[in-house]
Amino acid sequence: MSLNQPDAEFESHLAFRNFLGKAFGIVCMVSTWFSIGALVVLLASVSWQASGWLNWSFITNYDSRHPEQAGVLAGLWGSLWLIFFTTIFTVPVGIGAAVYLEEYTQNGWIKRFIQVNLSNLAGVPSIVYGILGLTVFVRMFGLFGTKERVIELSLFVLTLEIPVPFGTTVLSGALTLSLLILPVVIVASQESLRAVPSSIRHASYALAATRWQTIRHQVLPSALPGMLTGVILAISRAIGETAPLVIIGALTYVAATPGDIESPADLLRNPGSVAEVPFSEFTTLPIQIFNWVKLPNSDFQHVAAASILVLLIFLLVLNGVVIYVRNRFQKNVRW
Amino acid sequence: MLKKLEPMINQTPQVTVRETSEPEVGNGLTPVKIETRQLDFFYGSNQVLFDISMQIRERSVTALIGPSGCGKSTFLRTINRMNDIVEGTSHTGQVFVDDVEIYDPRVDVVALRKRVGMVFQKSIPFPKSIFDNVAYGPRIAGNRNKKSLREIVEHSLKQAALWDEVKDRLHDSAMTLSGGQQQRLCIARALSTGPDVLLMDEPASALDPGSTSKIEDLIFELKEKYTIVIVTHNMQQAARVSDETAFFFEGQVIEFEKTKQLFTNPREKRTEDYVTGRFG
Repeated sequence: MSLNQPDAEFESHLAFRNFLGKAFGIVCMVSTWFSIGALVVLLASVSWQASGWLNWSFITNYDSRHPEQAGVLAGLWGSLWLIFFTTIFTVPVGIGAAVYLEEYTQNGWIKRFIQVNLSNLAGVPSIVYGILGLTVFVRMFGLFGTKERVIELSLFVLTLEIPVPFGTTVLSGALTLSLLILPVVIVASQESLRAVPSSIRHASYALAATRWQTIRHQVLPSALPGMLTGVILAISRAIGETAPLVIIGALTYVAATPGDIESPADLLRNPGSVAEVPFSEFTTLPIQIFNWVKLPNSDFQHVAAASILVLLIFLLVLNGVVIYVRNRFQKNVRW
Repeated sequence: MLKKLEPMINQTPQVTVRETSEPEVGNGLTPVKIETRQLDFFYGSNQVLFDISMQIRERSVTALIGPSGCGKSTFLRTINRMNDIVEGTSHTGQVFVDDVEIYDPRVDVVALRKRVGMVFQKSIPFPKSIFDNVAYGPRIAGNRNKKSLREIVEHSLKQAALWDEVKDRLHDSAMTLSGGQQQRLCIARALSTGPDVLLMDEPASALDPGSTSKIEDLIFELKEKYTIVIVTHNMQQAARVSDETAFFFEGQVIEFEKTKQLFTNPREKRTEDYVTGRFG
């Protein structure tokens, strides 16, 4: 059939097929703008509520009974240190586990068993991890009785004073959050390892590389950007977590920052104080927000809104840094 | 000949060596470089190679031809033990390279692959610069000397007939090369570790005629120094570049002959049907 002989059935179908394509595009567009719209509404209402309340003294003040004097200093530093230690615990363990599962184990029932459990763990409610953290890290199964002991550990320049059990400290919180996000980090890292073409591995082996050299020089550089994406998502989730920290007993009102570091200047003046951070009590931004929202004095709603803004900015800066680092990596890795 | 192999063997004695009863050299033939004896190969319980016994001569080109799925690539990959990477593979029988049984547990597979280089069907440049691609093999083998690395890279690229095209942009990404250049880069990379056997798995099947003939010229030059085993689907290519040709069919070697003999006067009906294009 030539072009100048119209095929009615084909043409009517063609119009419908084109319509389907357009309709699908519109549905996708609506979904995108729906989520963006929700975000804009949230930001607008929070900003409006927070206007006039978010100022420099809000950042540098501790919490107070008087809404005008309440601030997020403790929560901000608490969140910062908590995320810092959570990242330090999670990244090596998560990436190590993913590399082991993808590059070292053979396919078999053990691997499948671990895989299924990982996926299930990723779906366990965070409050359950709080209970786990309370038992394992805060109380250490009550093995050491109710009285807290302190183990002193000398490391060349500084001495760590480790309480046993850990109690409600930054360390316990970070370990609990690490457990919470590890399954997500492992699964995401596995996905990005699987995305590295096996031909790259074979080419490396054929050039007489050992397994470690192949992983180190070919697989990891290619998979790292994807792994970092998984870490970003997981960490972002951890920043916002409240329930498990409330369960392990994080305080709502703290009049000290971990390690008494109240500003970057303090950190530079006395870097040794970082050693005290993991063993300090703490609060976090989401806990402070949760606390303020509950208070009857309506002015505290404005305080909560201002701290929500601080949390969002904190999240944005953190993600921005990681995305910048990731893009630096990605530049060299393209095939 | 055993002396050459000392790095390949962890403990020099006890490793299984090839024993021969009759003299193999003479009539202008080069010594045997690779020999398989009663080689069977399995993926799980699925047998893909049946009783392969072949002798491949030093400094010659041996072509493996046959229809898809006949086992010729699998056979090629037993020579540098690339099949080890695939889960669930097993074999019986023996494979000797330089008179040493390469599946002997005392043979280190990394040392074997340094001596037996491989070029794949698809060119797979690493996402690095041209220089780093070629220097990868020597570097991971422990060469940290910049001058020596530069010499190896230049020498390998010259051998692969790519030097003149890339000498001014060695630090550009290997991804900027054309398909034919990428494949020659992979050949240079395979030569950089100093192998004496080169396995090629359809090295020109994804290339245009111009690039293909460059690769073929290259193979012709490389056989002065290297023992080359090449899998190809292209009958003319096998006829042009190889000294001997093996016809694989359903996991067996139907005929293994001088190339000229196999193409002009095959012993077997099936070989004749295949090389004349009646099936495959």
